[in-house]
Amino acid sequence: MLKHRIIPCLLLLNGGLVKTLRFKDPKYVGDPINAIRIFNEKEVDELMVLDIGASKARREPDFELIEQFAGECFMPLCYGGGVRTFEQARRLFASGIEKVCLQTAALENRRLITQIAEHYGSQAVVVSADTKKAWFGGRKLYASHTGKTLDISVDDFLARCVEAGAGEVLLNSVDRDGTMGGMDLDLIRETATKLSVPLVAVGGAGSLADMKAACDAGASAVAAGAFFVFHGPHRAVLITYPSYDEIEKFFGEAEAEYG
Amino acid sequence: MISIVDYSVGNLNSVANMIRHVGGECCIAGDADEIASAEKLILPGVGAFDRGMEALRGSGIAEALSMAVLERKVPILGICLGMQLMTQRSEEGHLPGLGWLDAEVVKFCFPVGCKLKIPHMGWNTLSVVRDNPLILPEERQRFYFVHSYHVVCENQEDVVATCHYGYDFVAVFQRGNIWGGQFHPEKSHRFGMGVLRRFVEWMPC
Repeated sequence: MLKHRIIPCLLLLNGGLVKTLRFKDPKYVGDPINAIRIFNEKEVDELMVLDIGASKARREPDFELIEQFAGECFMPLCYGGGVRTFEQARRLFASGIEKVCLQTAALENRRLITQIAEHYGSQAVVVSADTKKAWFGGRKLYASHTGKTLDISVDDFLARCVEAGAGEVLLNSVDRDGTMGGMDLDLIRETATKLSVPLVAVGGAGSLADMKAACDAGASAVAAGAFFVFHGPHRAVLITYPSYDEIEKFFGEAEAEYG
Repeated sequence: MISIVDYSVGNLNSVANMIRHVGGECCIAGDADEIASAEKLILPGVGAFDRGMEALRGSGIAEALSMAVLERKVPILGICLGMQLMTQRSEEGHLPGLGWLDAEVVKFCFPVGCKLKIPHMGWNTLSVVRDNPLILPEERQRFYFVHSYHVVCENQEDVVATCHYGYDFVAVFQRGNIWGGQFHPEKSHRFGMGVLRRFVEWMPC
């Protein structure tokens, strides 16, 4: 039976790993290659690396660094950040990554989704939607490269991206990012029922119980940042990943329904 | 020496990385001549069936591969789309496949109301259905899958291992020197390493 994927989501900024709190205050947490080696040894299900500075600065992906990452990974690797052209995506795939994650490009030029999907398959294109609680209830789409909320419905945006060829959706909630206080289960539930493609939920996971709750709400996979890089109440930097036994114990029941 | 077939679909680097990691030697084979002299082959691939067949046929690689595999009996392992291309046809496309064994490719089809998503994406387990040198019946081994279509074998004796997603489907087949696996060993940690190492070491009798 299929297992729910548990995915460390690493944020890259100027070549170092950082972790944010509600998309702000990036705190340096270490060297990315070192972290990726540890996650590879821990046999993580999948790894996601997002360069949070690239689109803001209109910078290209750091191809050399990403190729090094791919060389260390014996599991699927997804890269996002600054991918705006098909040629950039081609270079990334050639260097050994499995999936590219698009947000700014998906907002500005959905044709890129189609181009990549037609050449490399839908499974190779992940679209990332960041959401923020609106003042009067509901959630709005948030553009991480400008830091502004948009007047576009999350569901419409995702539906159009999936129609364009996106094979997976990464759904984040800005208000939960880095808090480790639990995930936005209502958002996950509402979005997952409308999506035909797998949903990766991220934002707020602080325990395996939080992750299981997200999967029970309809997520196919859960990604997390702080949960894998911080330890204890003072958020000391320590890279961890639960053992397979722990995950199996926790997810046992959910897997039975899922598979 | 393993020749990894380069027909510009898919991620050769990951396969090459892991072969070297398990102590094998490999090179990239991108034209008919290189395939004609290959000792062992891996046919990787992701993406659409017709695009894969067009790339193989357009470059003359398809003929060279068929010659190597069917006449010289060179061992070959097809991965994901590479496995599917070895069959007669696919529901995904219109072009005929390489047709090396009596099998075809169909889309996952679930009853109405079934909540399973397509593609089948993530880690899953195998059930080994016959003794074979590549997939050992180890408990708790898991492999990374990502696909919307799967192979159906006409001859049940070709089926080496199945996987369950909604129903059982063919995860690994073998007919003589021809192996196909639906999962990505190059992305499946030590479980995939084991499979590739055994393929590197495998000598057909």
